[in-house]
Amino acid sequence: MSYLSKSPWIIHYDASSCNGCDIEVLACLTPLYDVERFGILNTGNPKHADIFLITGSVNEQNKAVILNIYNQMPKPNVIVAIGICATSGCVFRECYNVIGGVDKLLPVDVYVPGCAARPESIIDGVVKSLAILESKHLKMTSGNEATQEISKVA
Amino acid sequence: MVTVNRVLLLFAFLVGAPLLGGLLMGIDRKISARLQGRFGPPILQPFYDVGKLFLKQTLVVRRSQNMFIVFFLVFVIVTGAIFFVGGDLLLVIFALTLAGIFFVLAGYKSSSPYSFIGAQRELLQMLAYEPMIILAAIGMYMVTKSFSVAAIIAHPTALITTLPGIFLGFLYILTIKFRKSPFDLSLSHHAHQEIVRGIATEFSGPTLALIEIAHWYENVILLGFIYLFFANDPILAALAAALVYFLEIIIDNTFARAKWQLMVKSSWIVTLVLGMGNLLILSFVR
Repeated sequence: MSYLSKSPWIIHYDASSCNGCDIEVLACLTPLYDVERFGILNTGNPKHADIFLITGSVNEQNKAVILNIYNQMPKPNVIVAIGICATSGCVFRECYNVIGGVDKLLPVDVYVPGCAARPESIIDGVVKSLAILESKHLKMTSGNEATQEISKVA
Repeated sequence: MVTVNRVLLLFAFLVGAPLLGGLLMGIDRKISARLQGRFGPPILQPFYDVGKLFLKQTLVVRRSQNMFIVFFLVFVIVTGAIFFVGGDLLLVIFALTLAGIFFVLAGYKSSSPYSFIGAQRELLQMLAYEPMIILAAIGMYMVTKSFSVAAIIAHPTALITTLPGIFLGFLYILTIKFRKSPFDLSLSHHAHQEIVRGIATEFSGPTLALIEIAHWYENVILLGFIYLFFANDPILAALAAALVYFLEIIIDNTFARAKWQLMVKSSWIVTLVLGMGNLLILSFVR
């Protein structure tokens, strides 16, 4: 286990979420759950973040924003889809402006379903993503996987 | 023998200051969390953070922006080196200012609106704290008749007894230097995401780690200044430095952030009344 999993910093983006999952994400920072005890910080700056939390389904308007945030994040990084809307689009998946879940746009590493996803399951999802973060770092140091991934997304 | 001692001191500073600075930062985060009713991160969390940042990819807007951060770190280390081998106090202050200027230039160089605002606020902060730091050096000179740190430490009486006003004024601007809450304007660390992360917005990975390490060094140097006020009794001086750091954490957690106008005005009034007042009284007494 390297330092990567001891200090994961988060950026949280609300892609057409109803705010339910967003409130639960922010609830993780409160004294009750206090994710800072695991070294998790909410940065609000993609250049400092390791984990990209997305809530809500992706639509045509915020597609560019999500790609922009993702491309500004230094490697290695992971994407966690929070809530059933970010996982599959849920009841909104047939809407004319909705593309669907986050995985239609970006390679999602961990899905946290639920409506709204509970803080316990969000923390669980983030902790699960740490192992993926570690393995991505290993791949990055052994090959040029990360650079390929950037060109694929952009 | 003296030179050997100085080399040892220099070595102790180069290795010990980041360790102490990081540890202090960890204690800071733990105490802050407890004050907010949270469990808080491990004491060694700042070291984990920096360790992680070194594993990350470096993303830049311009390649030259990282060079300024390297100079920032180098000049902070030079400042500390001069201070801890007992060099000239004025030189220490000027080297620290130069380091600060490199940090501001880095903010301007990374050409993001957030880092621009951060850099401008950092300049205002320097405007606010610089006079008091200079007055502190002048006060120490008036009492000890020397600008040399070694001579100031060797002075038989505690400087706090003759420079109480200057000490209080220095405490006031220390909040700005430590980037603590009422005056945490340029990095916006606590007013989360107001200007994202101010100067540090566009710095990622290893460069951000260098900024963190420079701040660790800086904090240790500033606590060294507190040490000078009690230098005739080393144990008391170390206790005073620890107490001042604890006081800063309390201030950080109890005060809402102020605007820059209040910062500049209040710190100049404090400098004028406490700093200049202390110097005037001192000059009449002598």
